[in-house]
Amino acid sequence: MNKPILNVKNLTMSFGGLKALDDVSISIEKGQIAALIGPNGAGKTTFFNCITGIYEPTKGVVEITPPGKNTQSLRGLKPNYVTERGIARTFQNIRLFHGMTVLENVMIGRHCRLSSGIIKAMLQPPSQKNEEQKAVTDSYEILEKIGLEKYVNDMAVNLPYGAQRRLEIARALATDPFLLLLDEPAAGMNPQETKELDDLILWLRDNENLTILLIEHDMKLVMSLSDWIHVVDYGKKIAEGTPEDIKANSDVIKAYLGDESDDA
Amino acid sequence: MAIKNQIKQSLIIAFWFMILTFPIMVIKVNTIRHTIDFRWANLVGVGIVTFFASMTWNYFLRRNEDQKKKEMDDDIPLIHRLLQNDRFRRPFLGVVAAFFLAYPFVFPMYHTSIMISALVYVMLGLGLNIVVGLAGLLDLGYVAFYAVGAYAYALLNLHFGLSFWVVLPISALLGTFFGVMLGYPVLRLRGDYLAIVTLGFGEIIRIVLENWDSFSNGPRGIGDIPAPTFFGHQFNQENTMVYIYFIVIGLVLMTIFFVNRLENSKIGRAWIALRDDEIACQAMGIDKFKTKLTAFALGATWAAMGGVVFAAKTSYINPMSFTIWESITILCVVVIGGMGSAIGVIAGALVLILLPEYLRAVSEYRMLVFGALQVIVMVFKPDGLIKSVRKVYTFNVQEKAIHEQTNT
Ligand SMILES: Nc1ncnc2c1ncn2[C@@H]1O[C@H](COP(=O)(O)OP(=O)(O)O)[C@@H](O)[C@H]1O
Ligand SMILES: [Mg+2]
Repeated sequence: MNKPILNVKNLTMSFGGLKALDDVSISIEKGQIAALIGPNGAGKTTFFNCITGIYEPTKGVVEITPPGKNTQSLRGLKPNYVTERGIARTFQNIRLFHGMTVLENVMIGRHCRLSSGIIKAMLQPPSQKNEEQKAVTDSYEILEKIGLEKYVNDMAVNLPYGAQRRLEIARALATDPFLLLLDEPAAGMNPQETKELDDLILWLRDNENLTILLIEHDMKLVMSLSDWIHVVDYGKKIAEGTPEDIKANSDVIKAYLGDESDDA
Repeated sequence: MAIKNQIKQSLIIAFWFMILTFPIMVIKVNTIRHTIDFRWANLVGVGIVTFFASMTWNYFLRRNEDQKKKEMDDDIPLIHRLLQNDRFRRPFLGVVAAFFLAYPFVFPMYHTSIMISALVYVMLGLGLNIVVGLAGLLDLGYVAFYAVGAYAYALLNLHFGLSFWVVLPISALLGTFFGVMLGYPVLRLRGDYLAIVTLGFGEIIRIVLENWDSFSNGPRGIGDIPAPTFFGHQFNQENTMVYIYFIVIGLVLMTIFFVNRLENSKIGRAWIALRDDEIACQAMGIDKFKTKLTAFALGATWAAMGGVVFAAKTSYINPMSFTIWESITILCVVVIGGMGSAIGVIAGALVLILLPEYLRAVSEYRMLVFGALQVIVMVFKPDGLIKSVRKVYTFNVQEKAIHEQTNT
């Protein structure tokens, strides 16, 4: 009865001769915190890009079942439509809008939930003004949730690194997603910041009704947070299971922990 | 150390110039005596002048860079500081308003006419600023939409006797329509490719106008285009100029008003975000293509309205008014004025259009001086004459608290 919220089947993505993803199947249940791990270059980011429409997969099925809605395919949809359907993401290499303030960055996230068009923007009827005002307060509330409200009027570039990563999450949240994809959210964070991120992700799942899929290299974070872990290596899925299963899996140890033990 | 390098570089430049100018500056063929004179003194002169020119140039460049490092983003242009300061804003705007109100009555018609041209360029510049400055799309065929507006008035008046005031809104719609039609195929391209294709499209429109004789009267153009009337009343020539002047002032004010609102709306934010990072923008649910198309079409709308005013003012148009050169001039207005900055664009248009008119005194070197000035502005003020200072959304925490109290 309960269909997985994200169902990816036999996903293949080739760049010329290189198969960055090779026949990968992953499904995510509602309310899960799932992790996607694997050595550098394994194809994790490519997996996100295929789901969010930045790349069109060479082969495979990408289906979502938003809570309370019917199953639909995402294949071939442009990124903005994927976001409209309720999937939000952050980027491994931070991609904030540099010329904008923290508040404005979040307001851009609200964009697809606002209805006023050009004519309304030029004539500014009360409905448009209210909507703008609401976008501002909504965005501020999101910043409060993420704990960035003290930076509200600062330029995004001037934020400390950890705060920039959190702002990416705030901005993604502003699009009203049901599924949040986080690409290495803890990269470059100090232990204190990582701890706070851990709390934030749990809080998001429990209070915002979000399902979360994260790519992460910080094994401590992954093992403590995840309900379910998927492992890819050289574009192929090599294992999935609970953190305990994965810790004990010899293939994973060989492919991932063996190669990158210093990262773990 | 740096100084040594500087001297070395300047010496090389001087040497290079000496070689380059050798044939014209040094060798002189005496055709009567069939001998060749070598004017070595000239060679030395070129060397010394180039060396010092290069040294000063570098000095200013370095000073400019040092300053930039010191100030970073904090240097808000003087005019913005004036406008932000409540005590100065009113008097300042008052003086500007008084100047423009009095202008046509104080100065002779010739000057009013030049000012009208400049103000039309303000309109065009503000329109193109949406496309280039805000949305970051390099459009080199902007003049096509200017032509659409001008020909719309000329032809609709010729065939159907429609008046200026009727054609103005029609041409705005036509501009939008052409903007969408041309933007649709080309906006899939980016950067340089977009620039090349829009350049091509601009030329296509001009070539069509030049060759489709039965439609546009070809290179002979269309004459006897009537000036705008005032509730049916036709002014004499001099008063017509004044009248058009105030129409343009009105249109410019309207443009500033609407562009300002657009800039500070959802769509304006999307343009700026799109310029910053296309991928992130799409991931935020913004339709890249639609957003670009809106910018392109809105820019075209204002170009077309500018075209109507142009046709009404000159009363004669032909395809030669709409060459690629015109597109470049409008682009210069935006870039030199300050991309993304409305005040900058206004300053850019006034400087770039008025200057060549008043430089006619040094007629032969007019374009040379003009070009040199542009290069100097770009080197020393790469953000344009008046840098863009965007109105950012600031959030007032106290305000919010009050808001919530009243709500609950
Ligand atoms: N647009 C692209 N063109 C060609 N190769 C790509 C492209 N994107 C990713 N790749 C390749 O796909 C592989 C997987 O990359 P990626 O998904 O970024 O790995 P990671 O697991 O570290 O996120 C790498 O070998 C990378 O070079
Ligand atoms: Mg990656």
